[in-house]
Amino acid sequence: MSNALSKMLTSRDWIMADGATGTNLFNMGLSSGDAPELWNEQEPAKIKKLYSLAVDNGSDLFLTNSFGGNSARLKLHDAGHRARELSRMAAELGRDVADAAGRDVIVAGSVGPTGEIMQPVGALSHADAVEIFHEQAEGLKEGGADVLWLETISAPEEYRAAAEAFALADMPWVGTMSFDTAGRTMMGMTSQDMVQMVESLPNPPLGYGANCGTGASDLLRTVLGFAAQGTERPIVAKGNAGIPKYVDGHIHYDGTPELMGEYAVMARDCGATIIGGCCGTMPEHLNAMRKALETRDRGPRPTLDQITSVLGPFSSAGDGTGDDEPATPARRNRRRRS
Amino acid sequence: MSEEDDIILSELDDEELVQQMFDDLYDGLKEEIEEAVNILLEREWEPYRVLTEALVGGMTIVGADFRDGILFVPEVLLAANAMKGGMAILKPLLAATGAPRVGKMVIGTVKGDIHDIGKNLVSMMMEGAGFEVVDLGINNPVENYLEALEKEEPDILGMSALLTTTMPYMKVVIDTLVEQGVREDYIVLVGGAPLNEEFGKAIGADAYCRDAAVAVETAKDLVGRKHNQLNA
Repeated sequence: MSNALSKMLTSRDWIMADGATGTNLFNMGLSSGDAPELWNEQEPAKIKKLYSLAVDNGSDLFLTNSFGGNSARLKLHDAGHRARELSRMAAELGRDVADAAGRDVIVAGSVGPTGEIMQPVGALSHADAVEIFHEQAEGLKEGGADVLWLETISAPEEYRAAAEAFALADMPWVGTMSFDTAGRTMMGMTSQDMVQMVESLPNPPLGYGANCGTGASDLLRTVLGFAAQGTERPIVAKGNAGIPKYVDGHIHYDGTPELMGEYAVMARDCGATIIGGCCGTMPEHLNAMRKALETRDRGPRPTLDQITSVLGPFSSAGDGTGDDEPATPARRNRRRRS
Repeated sequence: MSEEDDIILSELDDEELVQQMFDDLYDGLKEEIEEAVNILLEREWEPYRVLTEALVGGMTIVGADFRDGILFVPEVLLAANAMKGGMAILKPLLAATGAPRVGKMVIGTVKGDIHDIGKNLVSMMMEGAGFEVVDLGINNPVENYLEALEKEEPDILGMSALLTTTMPYMKVVIDTLVEQGVREDYIVLVGGAPLNEEFGKAIGADAYCRDAAVAVETAKDLVGRKHNQLNA
């Protein structure tokens, strides 16, 4: 338990994570379609600026610019062979910023999905997925990441493969999934399913939770679903700052800083320990979130109605865990291949 | 399941067989679908009838349950794979018999985006609904779209993006179509997890499609209207 995140978790009852990476990089001039990870080499000053914006606005923990830094993703930019070094650079820049912060700041090495579908439905084998994640994990470790941070995962198979890879790299980790389809992940996993999976892993994460998805309200409903399972493992809430809109040639998320402040406090009341934003969460949002977390008292766990009255409506009626779900229709005679 | 007896497809009458195909599509049983398609063809069903009554009929159920949050991506991919098995048999026959065309779509994920799960789902469901689909794959710059539109002359252009970082590129493509004066020649549909209806409108698409099932419904609707206009 000698890693920086475990230590911080023992001394603090909430930790503020960072906000958006993509949205911020666009504002710094990244073109749509380009790989953000190439900027670790080409525009290191801008990447440091990205990290500093989070740290200066109250983040205790930030994610490195390596979300798409695995070989499966980078191959699209003819940089598949550079996964390890680009990930290393992302962490090195993060280390510099964290070490200069003058307080404890955690560098979390971001690991995003491969973008492939795993067997048996898709083509990616478990062994190949482990290798892809392991390569990136080693790069992030070399660059000085304190923990690895798996995010935006939708398939349980992929989550498990990453967990195995992080064990090979001997790194502590956190892993979140994206619940964007009728309260479930794209692959159909509920919040309840995720807790069961996480607790069954041989090397469980330090924390688990939800990121991105469809909006702050939905994300908190998912967090309530995690908390209802009653496990002790810290929960992560990293929701989007509202809904994306297209304004003057840029993507703009409609959540205000004030609203994200409310979201942060509610996330804590819902049971989350590590709280941050995702797409659209800019420095001013982080600032408001930090202030709200510091100045507001903890409250009782909010009800679904309280969540929607503050943060807006859910995108779907249920989250896949309740009795009010549409029942799977009874098939006349579901066949099994013998 | 209590039903342990093997069902012999060839012993079912036409109506039972089609019902069984609906179930087998739902369960993603490719070999059974291929077998059943061949049985119907042997019974001298027109290839177009096999397509519309059996395969499209079955995929409509899958699409509706996907839309309603009962089925999720893995089940739909398996169903679409089974459908594809049946389509592979029918395709040459459909062409040879001059079957009517529902419509044609060119689809691709925009530059910088390798996420093709959603796009593949749309492709498969569109094929499942009888559309001809030309799939440009992932990471398409605007030139790829233009080239394909000119060559394929589709009714629909479909674009997909799954990342905040790649969504704006859809606007680049649409703006280019406008500049070249060909925007009105096509129905432009966009989709992808971070998108919404308002975004679709703001970038000048004809419609945003929340999921593959909605894409099929929207495509049928808009192609129908376009054909009506042409005939008016």
